[in-house]
Amino acid sequence: MLMRFARRTGILIATLIVGSMAVFLLLRVLPGDPAQVALGVNATPEALAQLRHEFGVDRPLPVQYLEWIGGIFRGDFGTSYVTGRVVAAEISKRVSVSVWLVVLGQLAAIVIAIPLGVLAALRQRKASGTVFAGISQIGVAVPSFITGLLLINIFAVRLGLVPSGGWTAPTEDFGLFVEQAILPVLTIGLVQGALLSRYVRSAALDVLREDYIRTARSKGLMPLRAFLRHGSRNAAVPVITVIGLQVATLIVDTIVVERVFVIPGLGSLLFDGVANRDLLLVQGIVLLIVATILVMNYIIDLLYLAIDPRMRRSA
Amino acid sequence: MTVLMKPRMSTRHRRSIPASLIAGAVIVGLVIIAALVSFIWTPFDPTITTTDRLLSPSGEHFLGTDALGRDVFSQLLVGARTTLYVGIISVGFAAIIGVPLGILSAAGPRWLGELIMRFIDLLLAFPALLLAIIFGAAFGTSTFSAMMAIGIATAPAFARLARSGALQVLSTEYVLAARIARRGELDIAVRHVLPNILGMLIVQASVCYGVAVLAESGLSFLGFGTPPPTPTWGRMLQEAQAIMFTNPMLVVWPAVCIVVAVLGFNLLGDGLRDRFDPKMEDNR
Repeated sequence: MLMRFARRTGILIATLIVGSMAVFLLLRVLPGDPAQVALGVNATPEALAQLRHEFGVDRPLPVQYLEWIGGIFRGDFGTSYVTGRVVAAEISKRVSVSVWLVVLGQLAAIVIAIPLGVLAALRQRKASGTVFAGISQIGVAVPSFITGLLLINIFAVRLGLVPSGGWTAPTEDFGLFVEQAILPVLTIGLVQGALLSRYVRSAALDVLREDYIRTARSKGLMPLRAFLRHGSRNAAVPVITVIGLQVATLIVDTIVVERVFVIPGLGSLLFDGVANRDLLLVQGIVLLIVATILVMNYIIDLLYLAIDPRMRRSA
Repeated sequence: MTVLMKPRMSTRHRRSIPASLIAGAVIVGLVIIAALVSFIWTPFDPTITTTDRLLSPSGEHFLGTDALGRDVFSQLLVGARTTLYVGIISVGFAAIIGVPLGILSAAGPRWLGELIMRFIDLLLAFPALLLAIIFGAAFGTSTFSAMMAIGIATAPAFARLARSGALQVLSTEYVLAARIARRGELDIAVRHVLPNILGMLIVQASVCYGVAVLAESGLSFLGFGTPPPTPTWGRMLQEAQAIMFTNPMLVVWPAVCIVVAVLGFNLLGDGLRDRFDPKMEDNR
């Protein structure tokens, strides 16, 4: 158990190091010299060389990498070549928005997916089960921006219940925060929930076939009770993995929802950074996302160890 | 196709073809037909802008025209081509990268397998949309660079599947027999492993196809997809979004096409799995 934990932690650290190098190198293939971007096309070669030296981009790549990664350990993501702003401050401002979207959206997805998936599994051979499975099947096929536009059309434009976009921090004005967040959160919840419900359904189906469920049923428990009492924990294991992966990719996928609802989140910052060729900003965001996903996967693996005793023994 | 799994528990009657397989095949067939038809015939040239803007559907323009006076029906037909192209490129990329890596990690020495799997884990940390945005910035926005990104991001799914399938095949007696007969590892991989996991891979490809089409439409919406003038369903949506409250049908048509096409590929994938994957025996 302890060995496994230590081994997994070692792998995480190694992957993080290789991952950060990959991010660094990947973004070096982006065309556009930072000095050129900052000074415009009419800059003299001398001025360019001067600025390149100031930015430090004329030094060898390994030196630049070490400098960058060393700064990150001190919480310093550098200062943008393009806007002159402190990258860490920019990112943290947007992260606080994205965290709300991701957490609330994924919670909505779980609330939608678990009943839908479990019911679809329990009523598998009945018409209602087919209907539940059909709903998630269609839900998976709808792109998130269509869901978002549809919700805006219904609830903001036709019914006028909520604003069609914008974002307010909950600490600023909680009422407005709820009003503005409800549609984007619902959009994420519906899209991710449809996908998640398919995994819930298949996990529940796997469990329902087990002998202990048959035993529970034969002692007189109703299907739903038998599942909740005896099956739900076992079905939870694969579902947790999917939730973890969903949360990880959601950070990027919310960019589309952010666009639809005009929300200043991390995704939009990435988008603007790419458009402005803001190398350090993009590099910082990408590293943050990649590292978050790697850490998420690490946590999922540890959760596995905690939930499933069988995993502890197998080497 | 089902050789590598354990034999079936009971000798049941021949399995019927699942309804999802039929529905999926019909929808995918329609998309293919629409794409093929668009090569020989479209009512109008879908890329030419005219002054006949925002016409209602008529005998001439079956579904009317858009804000730039282009025939909507013709655009939808040609858009089917892009949809197919998008899926083929990205799924092909994913399979070409993922499958050899997966088989190699199963058949190669242990340290190599471990290394490859760690690499795959790392690749998983780069979501499709993230890669697509970076690639779009690096190589210019084109369908190909977007699809390459989606393909690379999908490769881990193929690699993991190929690995688990290959591990099962490699533990069978016939592989042992082949080893005793001194067949090379590559020979075993091509002759025994690949044919046996092909079924699983085809199912996976069908599922990834839907994901790729969705991703392309999302990228088009963000302006990172196929650049104009090539008509795609995703970009038609994005263009119509500004006038969606006055001309809702311009949003509805491409939206319906995307949803139905993705549904078709997903149903096809589910149906194939139900039909050919013995593990799913009781899941129907």
